[in-house]
Formats: sequence, C-alpha cells, structure tokens
Amino acid sequence: MRTALTILRKDLRLELRTFETLPAMVLLSLASFVIFHFALARATVDGQLAAGVLTVTLLFAALLGVNRLFVAEREQGGFDAFLLAPVDRTSLLIAKATALFLFLIVLEVIALPAFDLLLLGSSLGRSLGGLVVLLLLADLGIAVIGTLVSAIAVQTRARDLIGPIIGLPLLIPALIATARGSGPLLLGHGATFPQGKWLLVLALYDSVFALLAYAVFDYLLED
Amino acid sequence: MADPAIELRGLSRHFGERTALRDLTASVPAGATLAVLGRNGAGKSTLLRILATLLRPHAGEVQVLGQPLPGRAFAVRGQVGLLAHEPLLYRDLTGRENLTYHARLHGVEAARVEEVLDSVDMRGRAEDPVRSLSRGMVQRLAICRAVLHRPKLLLLDEPRANLDPAAGELVEPLIGRTAGATRVLTSHDPQAAVAEADLVLGLQGGRAAFLGAPGELDPAGLKDLYA
Repeated sequence: MRTALTILRKDLRLELRTFETLPAMVLLSLASFVIFHFALARATVDGQLAAGVLTVTLLFAALLGVNRLFVAEREQGGFDAFLLAPVDRTSLLIAKATALFLFLIVLEVIALPAFDLLLLGSSLGRSLGGLVVLLLLADLGIAVIGTLVSAIAVQTRARDLIGPIIGLPLLIPALIATARGSGPLLLGHGATFPQGKWLLVLALYDSVFALLAYAVFDYLLED
Repeated sequence: MADPAIELRGLSRHFGERTALRDLTASVPAGATLAVLGRNGAGKSTLLRILATLLRPHAGEVQVLGQPLPGRAFAVRGQVGLLAHEPLLYRDLTGRENLTYHARLHGVEAARVEEVLDSVDMRGRAEDPVRSLSRGMVQRLAICRAVLHRPKLLLLDEPRANLDPAAGELVEPLIGRTAGATRVLTSHDPQAAVAEADLVLGLQGGRAAFLGAPGELDPAGLKDLYA
C-alpha cells in the first residue's frame, strides 16, 4: 500500500504540473453537453434520455483519461524503473486505478452542475445524492477496467485505438447499469435514490473486474 | 577466485524472427568488470536488460547474484542498478522529486538522495524540472538513480555518454571501479571500456565472438568486432 501511495502521489504531482489529462476530460464533457443542448433542440431533457446523455458523455471523457494513464510510464521509462524496484507490481494497478478514480470524481464535480444547468433546467437537487452514489460505483468500475485496458493498450503501437476498442465493450454492463439506474433520478420529480438492483449490478461488476485485474495485472507487465 | 556474480549458459533471446542473442556462455566473478563490445544491434543492450530482469531469456540458463532468472527475479531486483540509454526519469518532475520517488520504491532513506546529489554536484539544480536540464546533467541524475539503492551489480549502458571530463570524474566514485560493485558496461569508446575491464565479451550478431581478458584482445580483434 505504501508503494501504491508513492506512485499515486507521483502521478497526481505530474498531473498538477502538466495538466495533460483532467482539463481534456472536463472540456470534452462540457463541449458534449453544449452540443447536446443545441442538437436536441429542447430546453430541457429528462428521464432515460438525460441519463443516456450523461452516461455516454462521462464515459467518453473517461476514455481520454484511460488513454493517458500510462503514457508517462511508457514515454519516460517509468515502466522500466518501476519493474527494477523490488515491489509488488499490483501496487501500480492500485495507484493507477486510484488516480483515474480521482480524475473521474473531479470531472463529475465540474460536469454535473454544467449538465444540470444546460440540460436539466436546474432540477437535479433532490436526486443528487442518489446520483452521486451511482456514479461513484460506476467510476470504480471504469477506473479498474480503464487501468487494465490502458496497461494493455500502452504496450501496442496503436494505443489510442486499442483503449476504446477493448475498453468500450468491457464497459457496456457498467454503462447499462448507470444509465438505467440514473434514468428515474433525472425525471425531475422522480425517484431520489437508484433502484437497488442497478447498484448491485455495479457493485458485482466492480468486484469481478477488480479481482480479475488483481489476478492478471502482473502478467500484463511481463516481457 | 570469487564466486560468479553472473553465469550465462547457452543464453538465447529472440525478438520475433530476429535473434538478438545466441547461445551465449560466460561467467563474471563478483567485483569484476565485464566490458561488452560490439556494433549497434549486436545484442549489448538486450544482454543488459536480461541481466536487469526486464527481459526473459528464451533459452539457456542465467544466474545473477546466485539467483536463477527469471524464476528468482524478485530476489535480484533491488540488487541491480541499471543505467540505460533512457534516463528513466520523469521530465516534468525535478531531479530531487525523481530521486525521492525512486528512493521510496527501493526503500532507501531520504538522506541518501542528498548524498548522491552532492556527489555529482547536482544539489544546486535539484529543484529544476528534468526537462530543463542539459543532457550531461540528466545523465548525472540517471547515474544517481541507478546507484541510489547501493546495488551489488551495476549494468551500465554507455555510462559516460554526454558527460564532460569534469563530470566523468564526479561520477567515478559512483560507477567506477572503486564503487565496489560487479559491473557490466558497454561503451561507444571500446578502448576506454577495455581499459577498465577485467573481462571482455565481444558480440557479433548476438554471438560471442570474443570472451577473455583484455590483454588477449589485440587491436585487430577489437577492430573486427566493429567491422
């Protein structure tokens, strides 16, 4: 855990110094909301349509973060330096997944108010708590899958393509659960908390892929 | 005769169809210096990366510091210092931040960072981002990174590249013969490498074209290695 914290601290410091990932994720999501606002030609959206817009936008923004996750390690020799150290390689998985999870939280702190303002007509208030719980579970899954996919993609020449090509199919269950779970929350005067089954699906999905990532991550780093 | 720090028996390594190392056999006693010579692409860097546990051998046996690779790679890491072509430093972090990061990965005390920075006269520029430093300064920091954890085996790929004579003298106690570690080094200056070696391995197309004491390698033989 100490090694993971060391790597995480380094990653956050690098991001704060370069701002190569988070601003791109935030800008993409804000631009998407603006585009949807005009493209849908409606003052506001709600229910399942709003849930789809929110989920897909956040997912695509997340993919930008996934693609950049291991770039510094690859381009500046961080992989080799890490592999030379006598540490548990899973610490890299934990650190990278945590960094991506934190990036997603920051993204949503900025994107959710913009989504509410541009597409919901400021009606999110009552169901915000429930939506946050749902998104946190979705973020966890995206962070784990994203780290796994990014570790595979970065070893290939076509890493910008491989990330989305492998990542999107794997993220479909999380996408479905998040969109279906958040639909009723975005009805204006609908539910204030997501249905338990969607939370359960996300929790199960997160657990399965966390275990899978833990089992295979060592092998992804092997020569 | 000291116990061997490195034992290679029939080592081979491929990259797809290309053979980088073929049937390599050698033994390097602890504390000795092996100079690995050969043209670009002869297999020098591949050999160093196998010894550093970063690449797996595809055939043959490799023992480093008494541990068979790749099976006991974990026991070897932390005892090996690799100075590669790339400095393995983050360009947007400062020199001190980079070394502190590596010190933590290796479980080395923070005071050691200041010690190595002092020894290469880089303390004054330790707060500058690596991307703002000259190549020679980056090389000095890379040397600091490689020796930070006091490795028993130093793998040095062109260790004096980009260093002026004064900087070369500064790094001598860290990577020179007096460092006390077993060393495997490559150099773009074969005469200089031979001069500080106890053993010379000449590679041609991944094969050992010469293995012996520096005195056994005549100038014509040395020239042949680069033909």
